[in-house]
Amino acid sequence: MSVPVVQLSGIKKSFGPVDVLKGVDLVAHAGRVTALVGDNGAGKSTLIKGLSGVQPYDEGQVLFEGQPVELNSPRQASALGIEVVYQDLALCENLDIVQNMFLGREEISQTTLDEASMEYQAALALQSLSVKTVKSVRQKVSSLSGGQRQTVAIARSVLRAAKLVILDEPTAALGVAQTEQVLQLVRRLADQGYAVIMISHNLADVFKVADDIAVLYLGNMVAQLKTSETNHNEVIGYITGISQQVKA
Amino acid sequence: MSELTLKTGQEGTTAEQFRAYLSRLRAGDMGALPAVGALLVLVALFGSLSPYFLSLINFANLFVQAATLMMMAAALVFVILIGEIDLSAGVTAGTGMAIFVKLQIGGMNWILALALAFVLALATGWVIGTFVARIGVPSFVVSLAFYLAFPGVMLWILGDGGVLRLEVPEVSAIMNKNLPAWGGWVLLALCVVVTTLMGLWDRARRTKAKLPNRPIVFLFIKVAGLIVLGGATVALLNMNRSQSVIPGNEIMGVPLVIPFALVILFIATFTLDRTRFGRHLFAVGGNPEAARRAGIKVARIRITAFMVCSVLAMISGVFNVSRIGNVESAAGKSIVLSAVAAAVVGGVSLFGGRGRLAHAAIGAFVIAIIDNGLGLIGMSAGVNFVVTGSVLLIAATIDALARKRSGGSIART
Ligand SMILES: Nc1ncnc2c1ncn2[C@@H]1O[C@H](COP(=O)(O)OP(=O)(O)OP(=O)(O)O)[C@@H](O)[C@H]1O
Ligand SMILES: [Mg+2]
Repeated sequence: MSVPVVQLSGIKKSFGPVDVLKGVDLVAHAGRVTALVGDNGAGKSTLIKGLSGVQPYDEGQVLFEGQPVELNSPRQASALGIEVVYQDLALCENLDIVQNMFLGREEISQTTLDEASMEYQAALALQSLSVKTVKSVRQKVSSLSGGQRQTVAIARSVLRAAKLVILDEPTAALGVAQTEQVLQLVRRLADQGYAVIMISHNLADVFKVADDIAVLYLGNMVAQLKTSETNHNEVIGYITGISQQVKA
Repeated sequence: MSELTLKTGQEGTTAEQFRAYLSRLRAGDMGALPAVGALLVLVALFGSLSPYFLSLINFANLFVQAATLMMMAAALVFVILIGEIDLSAGVTAGTGMAIFVKLQIGGMNWILALALAFVLALATGWVIGTFVARIGVPSFVVSLAFYLAFPGVMLWILGDGGVLRLEVPEVSAIMNKNLPAWGGWVLLALCVVVTTLMGLWDRARRTKAKLPNRPIVFLFIKVAGLIVLGGATVALLNMNRSQSVIPGNEIMGVPLVIPFALVILFIATFTLDRTRFGRHLFAVGGNPEAARRAGIKVARIRITAFMVCSVLAMISGVFNVSRIGNVESAAGKSIVLSAVAAAVVGGVSLFGGRGRLAHAAIGAFVIAIIDNGLGLIGMSAGVNFVVTGSVLLIAATIDALARKRSGGSIART
């Protein structure tokens, strides 16, 4: 396979005496959805926060497209093309879809906000993900459903020309139909060539969209499996610590 | 470039657009309508209760009285939009004016003295903003501290007399002189040209980006409305409103404060609607955490908002001293709450992130008319305070209920 978009090796992170990540390896490839699973407190969010530059790792190597990189701030991460869609989405409800998608990167022309250009690009990005349910791209986010909000948050990373999109429990708060929509969106994202890492507690979702499944158990990466070569029971075994196979 | 299939809210015929507008109204997105409605009701009410209310002289007076409040309301909009408050905006302005008048009387060039007042505004805004944004003290408390302290500073500056007279004709002119008749028409023409050009500019940009545009008739309606309302206003203000029958004592023309206020409101609105800073201000007011993650320097935006607030408040102070003709040690203490009421009546949400400056300006007219009308029908100042207080409470309640109904309840953690 080609050079992974991101390759972590020997990642360690501790908070005072607590070792949360104890030498974790992880790879994510372009065009593939890598599910990151593990029980509560396994260290999934901590691993992601390191990748997004919010909470740098203590030790370990990060290769981005084969090159060693430093990830010490969110700015560095997004400059590389790493975008995170947080569980709480981080959208401004008082702003509309376009304004949210360009938040912090507004385009300026003739000294003022170039609303027209931003509107066009936002609409195009949503269309490229086959989003059809929003009434208007100028709708306020406060009037959107949970699934639509998730869609906007994901489309925002597309706009930002990301290479790696990280999703923290994208379907956690959604109903059946909306979960289905968002999963399709995640799949499409990967099919368009992005590397996707998706944290999830829902194995049904994971088996539906993921190409690879990485399992964290108490700060160790106990397995990184191909979805096609594993099954629910095996994954549950790793999540609960019944099976031990440190490093695939 | 590929075709857009998603809607942008601007496609459709005039009738469809109009229906969409009506359905937005029904959904509770009423914009300035409640304030405009209140305005019309109050005009009808006071017009029927007092023959003097609808006189030419009172018409001009209303603009002059509303200008100070409007500027203070505009100031507060900047901090209310980020969900904060600045109770000290009025006394900051009072203190600045005390410094200005005192130094000028002491022999300093008046422009320099006035500039120092604005330096005080910038500094005060920066200090309040820093306490709020960097240290985390609630803005209510920080500004309350200044609210208590600044009148003391004013006492100290103004000395035993407690009052200093303004002796700068240029500053007095703002509230007491009028444009010549042709000046009013030129002003209106400028407003029409700017409105038209900005409308056309926006349309051109959308066309260039291959986006649909609203039917142009909406721009025509807007400009026509401006011409009719503005034209009537200028025509009325250009009539002689003097009570005196002696020739040569006529008072007529658009008060000088109006062009001043319009230019400042235009700049402030432009900043809020069309610049990055404005957008970020709304974002910080809507969801500071989302703003932070989007790379916005939240603390810097907050501090800047407080500085803009103090500067606009200082302009309000200049208007006030120009009208009253002196500064006293209680200057600016009572205007702040009226200005908050004006903003809230204009639909600016105290929870932050929602509201428009122009609507707050209409709200200022509502509060100014209450003040003016109650005085004319012989109500005491006490009644005036109670009514203004009640209006504030009602508007704030509507704000809270509206928030509960729309965003608040479905917000996810
Ligand atoms: N800032 C911190 N300070 C101290 N301990 C922390 C900190 N952040 C995380 N931890 C600890 O690290 C461990 C892993 O936390 P993390 O949030 O990464 O788990 P998770 O896999 O995302 O769990 P969940 O599925 O519940 O979201 C937990 O025991 C947690 O208490
Ligand atoms: Mg977590």
